[in-house]
Amino acid sequence: MQMSRIVRTTADIAFPFILVYGFYIIIHGHLTPGGGFQGGAILASAMLLLLLAYRYHESIRHVRKTMMKTLESGGLLLFAFTALSAMALGAGYFYNWLSPGGVLFGDIVEVGSALANLNTAGLIPIMNLAVGIEVVGAVSVILLALLSGIKEKI
Amino acid sequence: MSQYVPLLVALPLIAAFAMPLVGMLGKTIRNSLAIIAMAGTVTAALLLVYEVLVNGTIIYAFGAFDPSLAIPFDSGGVPIRILFVIDAMSAFMVLTAAIMMFAVVLYSLSSESEQTGQDGYYALLFLMMVGIFGMVTTGDLFNFFVFLEINSLAGAALAAYRINKGLSVEGGLKYAFISTIAGLFFLFAIGMLYGQYNSLNIAYIASVIDLTGLSLVALVLMITSLAMKAGSVPMHFWTPDTYSSAPSSITAILIVSSMASLYAIFRVAFSLYGVTMNVVTIGWIIIILGILSMFIGVSMALPQKDVKRLMAYHSVSQIGYMLVGLGVGVAVLGDTQMMNEFGLVAMEGGIFHIINYALYKGLLFLIAGAVIYRCGTRNLNELGGLGHSMKWTMGFFIIAALAIAGIPPFNGFASKILIYESVFIFNPYISVIAMVVSIMTLASFVKVFHSMFMGPKLPQYAEVKEVPLPMLIGMGLLAALIILFGLFPDLVVNLLIEPAALAFIDQSGYISSVMGGI
Repeated sequence: MQMSRIVRTTADIAFPFILVYGFYIIIHGHLTPGGGFQGGAILASAMLLLLLAYRYHESIRHVRKTMMKTLESGGLLLFAFTALSAMALGAGYFYNWLSPGGVLFGDIVEVGSALANLNTAGLIPIMNLAVGIEVVGAVSVILLALLSGIKEKI
Repeated sequence: MSQYVPLLVALPLIAAFAMPLVGMLGKTIRNSLAIIAMAGTVTAALLLVYEVLVNGTIIYAFGAFDPSLAIPFDSGGVPIRILFVIDAMSAFMVLTAAIMMFAVVLYSLSSESEQTGQDGYYALLFLMMVGIFGMVTTGDLFNFFVFLEINSLAGAALAAYRINKGLSVEGGLKYAFISTIAGLFFLFAIGMLYGQYNSLNIAYIASVIDLTGLSLVALVLMITSLAMKAGSVPMHFWTPDTYSSAPSSITAILIVSSMASLYAIFRVAFSLYGVTMNVVTIGWIIIILGILSMFIGVSMALPQKDVKRLMAYHSVSQIGYMLVGLGVGVAVLGDTQMMNEFGLVAMEGGIFHIINYALYKGLLFLIAGAVIYRCGTRNLNELGGLGHSMKWTMGFFIIAALAIAGIPPFNGFASKILIYESVFIFNPYISVIAMVVSIMTLASFVKVFHSMFMGPKLPQYAEVKEVPLPMLIGMGLLAALIILFGLFPDLVVNLLIEPAALAFIDQSGYISSVMGGI
């Protein structure tokens, strides 16, 4: 069923903001409450907004099941390979070789009440990102499966 | 430091994650990925087992630069990282799981080849292997819980994978409920221990544990929940439904996962609590659970008409042997004289029976799967005369059935005689019950053999052929191992079983491998 014009317009306007908020939660996972799972769930709620505001058949042209499955697997693979990457360098599995001093996220955390620095924590933000990608894919696949039973007269 | 330890978990995990992506590229590529990942994992497992047998216990700390360093310098003498501790017993379980994984993945390539949804099937299969490998190698209680849950969820999904008019869904749902309840019990128990000792590491808790009321409750919860997962008697009601309705290849893996739970019961009893608990009481409780499992399992199996239900009840009965063997070991723990006289042999029998049981029970379920694959029915009254057309399958069945009944020269005899002889010194009645159960097992498998393979060729099965080659290879490997283990039991016992039993008894060795020489 298609929602009213008001709902659709609101959904259009809110969609990018929800996405930005989701990414914010993911990328600040090592500094503030939240992280990959929570941010991913917020991103998936943006997908749900689209699915509910528009007709199912219309919205699945934008939220495609194959794409979401790819995101799910891709996120998980990114996580597993990030963990494995430490072994290629001769350290233990899951060793955080980017922190401190790495190219990315490599700053040393200041002691005391300094401002939070996003560029810290090494592999942890990358893994948060991986979990975020995985969760948005997985939750969207679940939502699509739940909604796929809808029979409607067009 | 061994690099194979994380590969054991990482390789199947990556294979499971990649499976839905690779599945889009086509069937051949997906199947080759499954074979490559299986081969890689099995190789890593075998190399790891070899390394443990040569060098002794291996420690692997996740996230450390040097994984062999269990306790970081600035942690105050407490192991804070997630640790994998692979002693001889864990290595033995890894070997069992690796053999079964090899056989089952090969078998699945054929048996599932005409089914839909194979990407998900292989993804879940590998996730389940991750769970099993994690459960038998981890040295951290919470980590164990995580792997238990991975294993349970993947297992429940796989048991219900072929919906089969709702029958499989019922089996899968039962498994999911039981696993969740068991998992929650285990989590409560972990919470009780964590609240008292501020650590989740098995070795650290073992070094400081004393038997407070709360620890006792935790022990009871752990043994109950794991016995539930293993399918021992008062909690066995899920096994016939789940084992019989799951795809046969999955049932073989479910067997291994119940073995992993059984291993955990004794890891908790020997390595975590050791002599702090009242070993005689706990030992007798485990022995009584074992006797009940043996007897009730086999007597429920005798009247069954569904071949897979019958085998499922037999697996309840076989679990009893392991509980008795290792339970005797628990009951005489701390008493050096009795342990040397018969306790150690009983434990060796119980541990040897784990791998033997996994081999012949896995083989029996694979054979049942092969018969169902060709004939499409599991009802013993409808089957018959298959010996004319499925000669290899019949040969494998004879081997597996004689092994489960404990007839020499097959492996079931080797482990059962160890249990009979040693338990007879402990308490003759238990030994007599075990022998009677063995005879009843033989009786029920004679029935299965007769109604499946004997008799004239039936007209409705005139078109039945032998199963495809990969299925035969998977079954043949297990059959070959059954004969090998039966012909050279002393070799296996000396090489694998005895170190494993000694590793269980040696609680201080387990603790010092993690905590250093404290």
